Amino acid sequence: MAISTPKSAYLKGVTGALPFLLVVIPFGMLFGVVGTEAGLNLAQVMGFTTLVIAGAAQFTAIQLMLDEAPTIVVIVSALAVNLRMAMYAAALAPYLGPAPLWQRAMIAYLNVDQTYALSHQKFEDSPAMAVPARVAFFFGCATPILPIWILATFAGAVLGAAIPPEYALDFAVPITFIALVAPGLRTLAHVAAALTSILLALTLGWIPHNLWILVAALGGMMVGAEIERRATS
Amino acid sequence: MTGWSDPAIWRIVAALGIGTYAIRFSFLGLLGNRTFPDWVLRHLRYTAVTILPALITPMVLWPEATGGQTDPARLGAAAAAIAGGYLSRNAIVAILCGMATLYLVQFLAG
Repeated sequence: MAISTPKSAYLKGVTGALPFLLVVIPFGMLFGVVGTEAGLNLAQVMGFTTLVIAGAAQFTAIQLMLDEAPTIVVIVSALAVNLRMAMYAAALAPYLGPAPLWQRAMIAYLNVDQTYALSHQKFEDSPAMAVPARVAFFFGCATPILPIWILATFAGAVLGAAIPPEYALDFAVPITFIALVAPGLRTLAHVAAALTSILLALTLGWIPHNLWILVAALGGMMVGAEIERRATS
Repeated sequence: MTGWSDPAIWRIVAALGIGTYAIRFSFLGLLGNRTFPDWVLRHLRYTAVTILPALITPMVLWPEATGGQTDPARLGAAAAAIAGGYLSRNAIVAILCGMATLYLVQFLAG
């Protein structure tokens, strides 16, 4: 693969990211709508979307706030949803670790599901790529994704105020979560982890302060990890 | 959003913003080439497919909008979203299947 200059790598990143806008735009809009319907004002919706930039965690926080969970439970549960990003950071570190600190600091801010998936795939496929070209490719991916995510949320927040309740948007959140999970049920381990978590959620609902969510998830993760370990060893 | 003052909401936004950034920066920024042991990575792979289902299971079975009564339209919508997402591997298809089923069943039931 002849990706020689950072400039051409940047452009490849931009074009590679464009198809992902089909996912980013509806999710961004949906968060704007749901956040507004939940009672957040425009500044708060935009605060979530620009500072957290993680749809699933944002929806989790909104839902738990609607359930009147304690602040600490809202924060810990939403951050737990984002723990997968530690895995993203670890996976990109061998490729981007040598870049200057200020660049890595910006990459960290922009390291969302789509930019991570695109970049990691590219770096794996093109081991000869130089570090500045890799950084340029990553920023190229982020160039359409992040601004469009923010604009889509804004559009959704403005629209959300005008959508009447009979459209049953209360159910948009569970449907969105299902949409985030179902395509990822790739292996037996993923399916077993999800099913375990559902069963535990149904049986542990008595644990106060919505903490059953974390306990159920931890149980599901242990089952998934164990099945994976047995499958690979 | 009853029960949440403006400062309380902003505290949550700030905590999630800082916490999420710390997670994203972790191994890329401070920790260099050190990485998690394999068993930790194995668990992290399953965070999304476990936390989100746990969170929504009661929302699907006992929706607040129907006063906690199990609702055939919402059950059908959830099933359609799971099937659509699983078969197509596409999140948008899952959402379209789910919401279309929800509206269809609600329409048929009058």
